[in-house]
Amino acid sequence: MKENMPINNNIITSPSKTEPPRKKTKRDRFLTGILIFGGLFFIFSLIQLNLDYSRLISGTSKLFSFVGHMMPPDFSTWEKVIGAGLESLQIAIVGTSIGVVLALFLSFLAAENLSPHRTISWMIKGIAAFVRAIPALIWVLIFIVAVGMGPFPGILALAFNSLGMLVKVFAQSIEEIDDGVLEAMRSTGASWMQVIFQGVIPTVLTAYMSWSIFRLEIDFRYATILGMVGAGGIGWELTSAMRMYRLEEASFIILVIFLMVFTVEVTGNQLKKMIQRI
Amino acid sequence: MEILEIQNLTKIYKDGTTALRDISFNVKKGEFAIIIGSSGAGKSTILRSINRLVQPTSGSILFQNKEITTSSKGELRKIRREMGMIFQGFHLIKRVSVLKNVLHGRLGYMNSFKGAIGAFSKEDEEAAWSLLERVGLTDQAYKRAGELSGGQQQRVAIARALAQKPALILADEPIASLDPTTSETIMNYLYQICHEDGITCIVNLHQVEVAKRYATRILGVQQGTIIFDGSATELSDSEIQHIYQKKLVV
Ligand SMILES: Nc1ncnc2c1ncn2[C@@H]1O[C@H](COP(=O)(O)OP(=O)(O)O)[C@@H](O)[C@H]1O
Ligand SMILES: [Mg+2]
Repeated sequence: MKENMPINNNIITSPSKTEPPRKKTKRDRFLTGILIFGGLFFIFSLIQLNLDYSRLISGTSKLFSFVGHMMPPDFSTWEKVIGAGLESLQIAIVGTSIGVVLALFLSFLAAENLSPHRTISWMIKGIAAFVRAIPALIWVLIFIVAVGMGPFPGILALAFNSLGMLVKVFAQSIEEIDDGVLEAMRSTGASWMQVIFQGVIPTVLTAYMSWSIFRLEIDFRYATILGMVGAGGIGWELTSAMRMYRLEEASFIILVIFLMVFTVEVTGNQLKKMIQRI
Repeated sequence: MEILEIQNLTKIYKDGTTALRDISFNVKKGEFAIIIGSSGAGKSTILRSINRLVQPTSGSILFQNKEITTSSKGELRKIRREMGMIFQGFHLIKRVSVLKNVLHGRLGYMNSFKGAIGAFSKEDEEAAWSLLERVGLTDQAYKRAGELSGGQQQRVAIARALAQKPALILADEPIASLDPTTSETIMNYLYQICHEDGITCIVNLHQVEVAKRYATRILGVQQGTIIFDGSATELSDSEIQHIYQKKLVV
């Protein structure tokens, strides 16, 4: 109707694209179905797994006496433990960095609004999904077989695991850019490379930085665990101490892990806040 | 002298929508042509076919006597840099400075690598500054584009288009998301600059009375065909009624 009287219109807002309501009820029904199925599966699992709840009570007392044996923490090996902790941090930083750099390049090819060809985008996303679907712990076992024990398999495992996630979220950040913005750059005659470096990177930079820091937090937590299977770092110290029943030392190592993870997370959050303000 | 010759242009989108039906018209150098028509008439498709953001289904477009509907990727870069485009949504890089956004207009002239790292020449920077002066934004040069008001952003977009030293400017509803006063400023800048620099301009507009004030020529589009082509004085009320009349299509 509006268009029939253009003379009276100074400002014309474009009509918003509303989705047909039919689609929504269909989706709602789907979600309800999932919810009901999930509930039933939970109840089924409780019955089927046949859990012996009395063990919870006896276990609690055992746990307390165990914790008692762990006290007080034995600080005497602090040089070795802190050194191993720093190695975990190094593994996390190097692994994440490799993942970030590779994901950065791949994301330009993976994002549908930027990719030279749909098939390329589809392939990279597929590979990333595959890499992501394999847990970090399995990656590290694979790489230990390939390159032996120590920090190297840890770094490779974290790089791969990060890559799988970062390609996805980086590509999503690019895909969120308004098509019009990219069109505007292309219509100046800018090349693909120029559009990426002058338009896309400045737009997604803060998102990329936040995701990378977030990923580093995850990778540091992984790095402490991966060490337990022989991928270097503080996890190995923990496994050894537990195996030798040096529980006081183990409690000190756990304390160090907690403090380091906590510090990395707090620092990460602080950094992310700073980035938001850029 | 004709800068643009469009012949039998047809666009059918992938989903089967026929946006343009066998359109033909020429644009002379120096014209300030305004295309009017209700939304969905095909105005944007016309402009976007001219710089090949949309690939025409059939027909021919001669720009400065050169066929452009079949140009290769490399040729397309050279053609696009001769045409500035201005959008309803401004479409600047919001996180980058105003000055940098204006400099983006030079990318089409630079080698891909130099442009990518932003190694703009001294002359380009000076030109960008004088363009900012022309649109009255020198004091905003180092601000992020996203911090500016809508009207200011559109002036940056105009400066970016001018940085291309274009022969033709395509403006797709440049004032549709601005208030009336700002709209007038933008139209004045656009008209004035194109007039002074001898740039041919094609503008899509919703507002008939604005079109009448600026246009050296008005094209009325309805459902993918041009049903009016003449001067502002020739555009009578009944013609307007006709252009904006929607046929019921099932
Ligand atoms: N990318 C597209 N895919 C399918 N149909 C489109 C596309 N863009 C525009 N159309 C359709 O083409 C017709 C003309 O659109 P457009 O040129 O945007 O008109 P205007 O700019 O006059 O509002 C409309 O029916 C619109 O829905
Ligand atoms: Mg339009």
